[in-house]
Amino acid sequence: MSETTPAKNGPAVTQATLVKKAAPKSDYKPADVSPQRRVQRTFAVRLWSVRHSRLLEWFYSRFADVFLLLHPLWKGIGYGRVEAPVKFVEKRVKGFMFDCRMCGQCVLSSTGMSCPMNCPKQLRNGPCGGVRANGNCEVEPDMPCVWVKAWEGSRNMVHGDKILTVQKPVDQSLRETSAWLRVTAQAAATRETTKNPGASA
Amino acid sequence: MTGRQRDENPAGIHLPLDPLPGHTSRGRLERVLRRGEFAVTTELNPPDSADPEDVYNRARIFDGWVDAINAVDASGANCHMSSVGICALLTRMGYAPIMQIACRDKNRIAIQGDVLGGAAMGVANMLCLTGDGVQAGDQPGAKPVFDLDSMSLLETIRIMRDNGKFLSGRKLTTPPQVFLGAAVNPFAPPYDFRPIHLGKKIAAGAQFVQTQYCFDVPMFKTFMQKARDLGHTEKVFVLCGVGPLASAKTAKWIRSNVPGVHIPDAVVKRLEGAQDQKKEGKQLCIDIINEVKEIPGVSGVHVMAYRQEEYVAEIVDESGVLKGRQPWKREIRHDDQMVADRLDRILHDEITETQVDMVKTAH
Repeated sequence: MSETTPAKNGPAVTQATLVKKAAPKSDYKPADVSPQRRVQRTFAVRLWSVRHSRLLEWFYSRFADVFLLLHPLWKGIGYGRVEAPVKFVEKRVKGFMFDCRMCGQCVLSSTGMSCPMNCPKQLRNGPCGGVRANGNCEVEPDMPCVWVKAWEGSRNMVHGDKILTVQKPVDQSLRETSAWLRVTAQAAATRETTKNPGASA
Repeated sequence: MTGRQRDENPAGIHLPLDPLPGHTSRGRLERVLRRGEFAVTTELNPPDSADPEDVYNRARIFDGWVDAINAVDASGANCHMSSVGICALLTRMGYAPIMQIACRDKNRIAIQGDVLGGAAMGVANMLCLTGDGVQAGDQPGAKPVFDLDSMSLLETIRIMRDNGKFLSGRKLTTPPQVFLGAAVNPFAPPYDFRPIHLGKKIAAGAQFVQTQYCFDVPMFKTFMQKARDLGHTEKVFVLCGVGPLASAKTAKWIRSNVPGVHIPDAVVKRLEGAQDQKKEGKQLCIDIINEVKEIPGVSGVHVMAYRQEEYVAEIVDESGVLKGRQPWKREIRHDDQMVADRLDRILHDEITETQVDMVKTAH
């Protein structure tokens, strides 16, 4: 019966407020709401990326081509050996541009260049029902909803309708791995099977 | 006492209904909706207790007024009796529960297990939700799981039902037969994406949807218009969420504290201007039902009367949405009476019969 709804004759305090009030007093009060937010306090670059989603989409597809072109090189050196440096660069570049969380299964091109892992619920298929009227997040009141931005970003993109595909649940075992190398290796594999079908069977 | 009701197995009240062609579940809610009747669902306020009577008492006031009862899964991230537990009790009494599954507290392993368990108990309807964030509830220090989201949860259960497999691909010997539901909120941004988002949910497996509280009918109308244009209303049954507001103060409080609920100023003004705000809140709810039921593509209403559950029957009655139809209700039958009498004798009469005596009386 401790629901967040008012008693019969007017608003009552929420259970969450009571819990917060009952917490021991301390001089140190963290400024932010959730642990996630403490890592990230400004969204300027992330929002820039969404505004320029079309440019980034174009750039990304060229970039993927280059990486695929270099597939023999990666294979020559060994994917295992290039993993560490590529991951280092990928983490920093995507971290700066998109606040990447290194889920290892990048879907930026399907989500309007707005990283869905920044959603406190890590939703990968669209917004929850709690988005505030001003388009901000339910959990992080100061953060623009990742999915409101994703929708805006996707409308600028050539293949923006990729936002409509239903994404599979996150494979947690791929965390902290390189999505770039994975995509490249997979693309190389499909290229080979289409070139000489039956050979890989 | 009375004759058999429409959606009842002729061989016995305790037996599941026969499967019908084109139906994915054996539930009454799916039958009502597919027959084209205006459905009414409601929500059971889950008790903070371990007493089954609390659940039965709270369900009893809906008897004969609703087609299905939502068993909520820690709504608002507040801890209560679990939806699985409530469903176990309700199915035992022959009610048609809608088991809500929120992704906040359980990972995919627990969820798939609960889907099988629920279906085995006779739960015919499941509603897939993402769930409120833990910050909204009474235990903000809890670890938010969100292993799946509402969309991938829908797909997971659809795969279990239609392909007879777990997400891992392992085979099920008997797949769950369920009618799959989802929630939509047409009243939160990004507004132009919401109808498309509904399409995504349909693609993922949603067969019916319940909306967030509707207090802004024009906004809901534009949403439904778009949904119709996209052809969604032919593939999904839309149940519009409605509910009475206790007072203008409550309305303002909900507006600023409950995520995703949109209450226009006009509604607050109307409540403020009323003599009896509670009565006006109920009337407002009835007026909204009467407006939304005329919108093409709306197949029913979902009445959420939190802590005003006693009004559900009145609201349904006064709005006349059932058009004289009476939803299924548990009634005592001849064999129930026999069991009750026999139990009564065993429990209360002082009979000390030895086995030898029993053999003698048997002959």
